[in-house]
Amino acid sequence: MTYMLDQEQLDAIEDVLLQDLFDVGVNCIFLIDMAGNVIANLDNGEIKHDIYSLAALAAGNFAAVSTMAKIVGEDEFSLLFHKGEKESIHFSKVLTDFLLITIFGKGISLGFLRLKVAEAAEKIKKILESSCAP
Amino acid sequence: MAFVNLKKKEIQAKVVYYGPGRGGKTTNLEYIYNKVKSRIKTEMVTIKTHGDRTLFFDFLPFNVGKIRGYDVKIQLYTVPGQVKYDATRRLVLRGVDGIVFVADSMAVRREKNILSLRNLQKNLATFRKSIFKIPIVLQYNKKDLAEQGIPLLPLQTLEKDLNSQLKAPSFEASALTGMNVVPTMKKIVSMTMASLLMELK
Ligand SMILES: Nc1nc2c(ncn2[C@@H]2O[C@H](COP(=O)(O)OP(=O)(O)OP(=O)(O)O)[C@@H](O)[C@H]2O)c(=O)[nH]1
Ligand SMILES: [Mg+2]
Repeated sequence: MTYMLDQEQLDAIEDVLLQDLFDVGVNCIFLIDMAGNVIANLDNGEIKHDIYSLAALAAGNFAAVSTMAKIVGEDEFSLLFHKGEKESIHFSKVLTDFLLITIFGKGISLGFLRLKVAEAAEKIKKILESSCAP
Repeated sequence: MAFVNLKKKEIQAKVVYYGPGRGGKTTNLEYIYNKVKSRIKTEMVTIKTHGDRTLFFDFLPFNVGKIRGYDVKIQLYTVPGQVKYDATRRLVLRGVDGIVFVADSMAVRREKNILSLRNLQKNLATFRKSIFKIPIVLQYNKKDLAEQGIPLLPLQTLEKDLNSQLKAPSFEASALTGMNVVPTMKKIVSMTMASLLMELK
């Protein structure tokens, strides 16, 4: 199973990441698929994370948590978030096959971030739905 | 689930090393990693137990270079081979594009190889994929043990047990010495790419 995204779609996705998330102060954002492929990513240049490893681990982690949810009788846990000393990481599912991941510092509250992520996810959903995505 | 990025002219695809516990999947990736680590910035990711057994997966991103104008990135994964980790094994298979089945040539592991291959078939089916359709390469590992006088399965037995229906390309190998590790990987990469390009037509 293979899917493609063209320049226009990827530009549109990056615009959403930039305007809805980056501009409010998120340090690093990436959109991946559940196989662990990296679709788009943006960071503030200060931190150089190994995004391919992060994507593989995030996809695995998300899949593991989803399976746990099913075992305890939940469809999905609605909040997926790890809090760190300086950086925190938040996961949000987009459609069935994609994951939007944001890494953010202390300057942003979780509530505000979730709101922004939800808005961005909705826009990205529309872009992905218009593609030949799985 | 390979991803074609038309903007960057880049293809990302996922290859999973599958097989019975202690068969040598992690050792395959470690060998490849040691060959390329001076040239790449990323490190190999491993999630293992104290006893060095894979608990979730190993991960190594591998840049193949350009194929038909596309930059090809293959993500190499291993599954945990131990029977009890079936749920995690299935998670790693999600979106797989190509498979290397690492069988253990030791005579005592004959049954384990067969069961693991069946388990692969079953787990692929949960993603509505057929073991007969997905690109797959077999590797008969630990051939070096013959020198130590350890009883190994003859090639004909391995082929009959594992490959009589699949009829996939197979390699006798030693992940420890590196024999046929790179050819195995090159074969699955070229098969995966061929199948991907077919799909894109
Ligand atoms: N002699 C020999 N030993 C090998 C070879 N390949 C792997 N081993 C050894 O076999 C043991 C298990 O190898 P791993 O690569 O960890 O096996 P695995 O398939 O990843 O095992 P799980 O993670 O439990 O699924 C290790 O002690 C390796 O050094 C080989 O080609 N020859
Ligand atoms: Mg292993």
